[in-house]
Amino acid sequence: MPLEPGWITHVQETRFRLATADGRSEFFQLSREAPFDPADLEPLVCRRVQVSVQWRPAAGRRVKLATRVLLPGGQTLRRHASQRLDHFTRDWSLPRQAGGEDWGGQAARSHASRRLRPRTEEADRVGVSVCPYCAVGCSQLIYAKGGRVIQVEGNPDSPVNHGTLCPKGAVVGSLLNNPDRLTTVKYRAPHSDRWQEVSLDWAMERIAALVKRTRDESFVETLPDGTKVNHTLALASLGGATLDNEENYLIKKVFSGGLGMVWIENQARVCHSSSVPSLGASFGRGAATIPQWDLRNSDCVVVMGSNMAENHPIAFSHVVKAKERGATIVHVDPRFTRTSALADVYAPIRSGTDIAFLGGIIHHLLEHDLWFRDYALAYSNLATIIDSRWGEGMSEEGVFPGWEPDRETYKFDVWQYDGLVVPSALSEHYLNTAESFSSMSQRLKDGPPPQDPTLQHPQCVYQILKRHYAAYTPEAVERITGCPKGVFLQVVDALVRNSGRERTGAFCYAGGWTHHSIGVQNIRAASLVQTLLGNIGRPGAGILALRGHCSIQGSTDIPTLYNMLPSYLPQPNAFKPEAQNFSQFLEDETIPTGWWHNFPKYITSLLRAWYGDAAGPDNEWGFHWLPKIVGDHSQLPMTLAMDDGVIRGLFLLGQNVVMGGSNSAMIQRGLRKLEWLVVRDTDEVESATTWFEGHATERDGFDPVNSPTEVFLMPAELAGEKAGTFTNTHRLVQWHDKVVDGPGDSRSELWFVYHLARRHKALYADSTLGRDAPIRNLTLDYPTEGPREEPSADAVLREINGYTWADRKQIGGFKELKDDGSTACGSWLYSGIYPEEDHNRARDRKADPPDGPGTHLHWAFAWPANRRTLYNRASADPEGRPWSERKRLIWWDEGESRWTGGDSIDFEESKAPSYRPDWSEHPSGMDAIRGDEPFIMMPDGRAAVFVPSGLKDGPLPTHYEPVESPVANLLYRQQSSPTAKLWARDGNRLHPVADPDHPHVLTTYRLTEHHCGGTPTRGVPHTAELQPEGFAELSPELAGELGVETLDWIVISTVRGEIETRALVTGRLRPFAIDGRRIHQIGMPWHFGWRGYATGDIANVLTAVVGDANTSMHEGKALTCAVRKGRIERSRRLRAVQLAGAAE
Amino acid sequence: MSTYEQSQEALATAGTEIRPGRRYGFFTDTTLCIGCKACEVACKEWNELPAEADGGLSGMSYDNTRALSSTTWRHVAFVEQMQGDGSVRTGGDSDLPEFQSRWLMMSDVCKHCANAPCLETCPTGAIFRTEFDTVVVQQDICNGCGYCVPACPFGVVDLDEQDGKAHKCTLCYDRLKGGLEPACAKACPTDSIQFGELDELDERAHRRVEELHDRGVRDAYLYGAPGGPGATGGLARLNAFFLLLDEPEVYNLPAAPTRPARRVAPALGVGLAAVAGLAVAAFALLGPGGRR
Repeated sequence: MPLEPGWITHVQETRFRLATADGRSEFFQLSREAPFDPADLEPLVCRRVQVSVQWRPAAGRRVKLATRVLLPGGQTLRRHASQRLDHFTRDWSLPRQAGGEDWGGQAARSHASRRLRPRTEEADRVGVSVCPYCAVGCSQLIYAKGGRVIQVEGNPDSPVNHGTLCPKGAVVGSLLNNPDRLTTVKYRAPHSDRWQEVSLDWAMERIAALVKRTRDESFVETLPDGTKVNHTLALASLGGATLDNEENYLIKKVFSGGLGMVWIENQARVCHSSSVPSLGASFGRGAATIPQWDLRNSDCVVVMGSNMAENHPIAFSHVVKAKERGATIVHVDPRFTRTSALADVYAPIRSGTDIAFLGGIIHHLLEHDLWFRDYALAYSNLATIIDSRWGEGMSEEGVFPGWEPDRETYKFDVWQYDGLVVPSALSEHYLNTAESFSSMSQRLKDGPPPQDPTLQHPQCVYQILKRHYAAYTPEAVERITGCPKGVFLQVVDALVRNSGRERTGAFCYAGGWTHHSIGVQNIRAASLVQTLLGNIGRPGAGILALRGHCSIQGSTDIPTLYNMLPSYLPQPNAFKPEAQNFSQFLEDETIPTGWWHNFPKYITSLLRAWYGDAAGPDNEWGFHWLPKIVGDHSQLPMTLAMDDGVIRGLFLLGQNVVMGGSNSAMIQRGLRKLEWLVVRDTDEVESATTWFEGHATERDGFDPVNSPTEVFLMPAELAGEKAGTFTNTHRLVQWHDKVVDGPGDSRSELWFVYHLARRHKALYADSTLGRDAPIRNLTLDYPTEGPREEPSADAVLREINGYTWADRKQIGGFKELKDDGSTACGSWLYSGIYPEEDHNRARDRKADPPDGPGTHLHWAFAWPANRRTLYNRASADPEGRPWSERKRLIWWDEGESRWTGGDSIDFEESKAPSYRPDWSEHPSGMDAIRGDEPFIMMPDGRAAVFVPSGLKDGPLPTHYEPVESPVANLLYRQQSSPTAKLWARDGNRLHPVADPDHPHVLTTYRLTEHHCGGTPTRGVPHTAELQPEGFAELSPELAGELGVETLDWIVISTVRGEIETRALVTGRLRPFAIDGRRIHQIGMPWHFGWRGYATGDIANVLTAVVGDANTSMHEGKALTCAVRKGRIERSRRLRAVQLAGAAE
Repeated sequence: MSTYEQSQEALATAGTEIRPGRRYGFFTDTTLCIGCKACEVACKEWNELPAEADGGLSGMSYDNTRALSSTTWRHVAFVEQMQGDGSVRTGGDSDLPEFQSRWLMMSDVCKHCANAPCLETCPTGAIFRTEFDTVVVQQDICNGCGYCVPACPFGVVDLDEQDGKAHKCTLCYDRLKGGLEPACAKACPTDSIQFGELDELDERAHRRVEELHDRGVRDAYLYGAPGGPGATGGLARLNAFFLLLDEPEVYNLPAAPTRPARRVAPALGVGLAAVAGLAVAAFALLGPGGRR
């Protein structure tokens, strides 16, 4: 029997944990054969004695059975006769009963029971951390002893979770202590059939050399027309939404600003990229508008495009509180789920028809005049007059005016305001128009956009809206979505009843809306509804985007994304006029009116932060050192580029792309073609093993020896083992403490990128080439700590906040930023998070008391400027008074001449409601925004019901079918979005409409018990056992047709691939009647892969690479498929293959 | 740093101080349960309980844990039901099944009965009543005889094959001593599992039932409260009691659980009567006046 040395950290009855030398923690249960009692282990714990545990595997459960414990001298731990006698006399209850103690109570209480204490009292370190799973951002307490975690549980102080946790948050202790975690670097040489163990140092040196070689061989300085691009397209990086802001910042800074990489992406692209342009173009910022705890103040919560109780249980707890206070909870979903079980109204819809449903709501509100007139008229562009060339609007064909069929794109001129060109509030402010962009947009300074407050003008937005949604009647809603008319009207009624001055409602959404070829427009539709109902910027109102990873909001703000620089500044585009020089860039990207007028301050401060003194007015601030983009370099085309061999080297930083990327088989193929691959994660994930296992391996009869890929599998640290910040789903930036070191050679991404960059600085130190100037001039002076030389995350956060360049004093907020190089700032929206030398606001941990304002301004920091509810100016009416006492948030204090209230003011603090721009002065920036225009990021200060610019697929949401659908579009001849990106190629074909071979709707979703790509839950026994195997859900009706029962094997197939899985037959799915036909839906969780304890086939083998026009977001929530009973002929394909002579 | 004393964290998380000599338990309001199983995980994490390996997909809705056992002390049950008047269908097509359905979810646990049968049968005194009025199996005393297993009317306590002892929920005895509420109750996101003093919980539970009845949820009732279903057969009350929406059997709970001890006297009487009867018969058959 094997022997495991270590020291026992704690004992719980008959189970204990052993801390091993390499930093892991083994879990043991006492075998009945062991010659001692559990109580004999306790003394060893207190003295932290090194022991060796002899063990064997336990049948039927995941634990090692301890059969013997050997003490340091070699003796076996044994209970001796004298101890037994001692135990007996001490605990014999008869004498105590005789003394009057209760026989079943006190008299029976043993010595051990009397001495029992919770092990948390033994901790010598307690830190506050943030859960590493979803984006809710629950606060956790990590208890450690002797450098080992002994318990992780909820932090009662947090206003997010109040000490509660979902099953994933609750398993973090086991996650950190997982004995299966990687602790050393594994390396696979090209064409080898085995892993080797290598040292961290060797790996870092080799990786640095490979990166340099690939970069030097592929670097492009200028395009044929002379445009400077200074980039390489042969290197790529994916990850990470699970990484700290400081890590994402450094990755973007080094990879993009230093090395010139363009293919930089992370999970945000395929999770919530749709949220950015939709919410951004509607309101000015592409992020959730309310904090989750504010849902308690809602009178109506609509959960749609989300299974909130399932995937954001703690966020849903606030909804439950609202329900207990009388709110109506509505759930609109293709399935009846754990959320529906607690909803007041459940409305079923066919997957992919959300716009038909929401359009139906808009139609109803306008038809019956049920919208909040005082709000919408004053605060949105409902009265604004659009260019007369807009005409009647959408054609019968089903495309908007401005469609150019030969170019398959829209010309945006006819979407503009009458006589104006309106830049968007998104990072891509500039748009292609027939007229000169900057001169046309300067007209915004001449006067307000033309409006008709009577709403009669045929081209005012209100009339356009009425015409556009005329066809979205309740009957049409039922025909298209399958939702019975009566239920639909119940939902509308719930919303209408709970809007207006006295009542507010909120929408909560997630992947069910984002993961569509019309994802952006789904969210736009809700933005429209909420604007009409007066539900933005007010208590209990708004749109809560529910994001999926612990810092995915952060990895969007401080983006490891190709098309943006930190805080929604655009990555320069080589094909735009702005690419030529910095002043052109500034001119085109600076919006003349509204807050974005400050653009030059933010970009200059960023360049100063990245290039230090090397940047200056003489070299355009290093503008040309930034790599320019030459197309769509997002995740979907990235996977295609891998398959095409364009990408030669790839980093996977906590992103398991084989699981979460569309068309998994193509991704697996592409991974095997790379020259080199660096995977950093906690486990041996699927993406690291495609060189010897997986779908492509089987299908192509592939022999590992044929793959040239040099693979590095490096162990990573988790929150609690490293310090830094996560940004949660509502912009809350929370610091997590470092409590223990990660095991063995595991290191943080901050460590990895920092040391890689240092090595590159050394390698390029003697270069005189202009192309190498960026990496040589990149600032990288962060202090390091400890024997591991960990760079200080604190120092990186200070840079993100910004400081004065001359004397490095922290700045208090983005208002202090300048465009003359006197300030440096890594991410302007985060300014104010570290406003003074010793004040890290991300570490503020003081929630409001129960009778406080409930905005918790001293719990962490929210961007921008600690504002919790965005656009909160709108919580007061145009005169500055709250709409009602019940819904008070901020208001104008006449006496003090400033805005005041419970939240940080999302407006100029001293601008009176009565302020009007003096148009004769041609005011710019905020001077052009009235005192009653709350949406300060928008050029006209108003929410955009009609979006003139920023969106590539239309100014208004419209119902299109998903790219694959079993039915024709019942509203228009145009079947699906004409601007959807289709990447037609072999291996990526699509089914025709109403394909008889693929008649069912397939949707994918998640389970509470697992997380996204599944690595941190399938690999941990306590969560793996809750959902131990992959499955697909189907209705009893479909099951009857197929002859399938629960637990039978079924094969689901598309033209991209086929998978096998178990059937779970349930009445929570039902067939729909759509246009007279019976349509079946089948759905499956996409968590399962071939690694870990809970396995299953990969759902993404079935999906295609198709994307939304705006963000290249994939369509994983609605496609078509075929289903049959049985298994795939090739069996055992997914079993992890044992390599010949594989190193352990 | 914290707003509470670590030694009385329960004040912040459960609204109650924990003092020896008072009676504590769980009120589980299943109308708030979202079936997330945080309770199962939090329990296993705190108590260092192993996960099952061979369980596999059960096919029983989302319940793959199946039942309470020596290594599973919290178990969430899922019951899928159809509810509604059958009017919710697409397009008036009466061939299509209706949409609305109901999904009952309930976190099961040891009931910590006021008159605990497991305690009564335990010959070693391993099972005892703590200073918090909870029922605990002391691992340093338990000899693995297994008498407690059939005694429990709810099928809670279980003998572990590997370590040879009986195990069940301890209501986090060690945490209570340190002023921390049980791990499951602390973790529960919606406060479906509520830990507190019994008097307070009883009051809260009755108010909740009334409130639900007022809201139209007429089938809500308490299981395990004194004098009600689940607290039958001499059990007096369950310190861990529930608010349910359907018959107990639907949740796999016994409709009328009984304390085996109640049957001792009648069983003895029946036994003695049987012996007496047999003696009379034997005397009649084999005795002096009997058939030879």
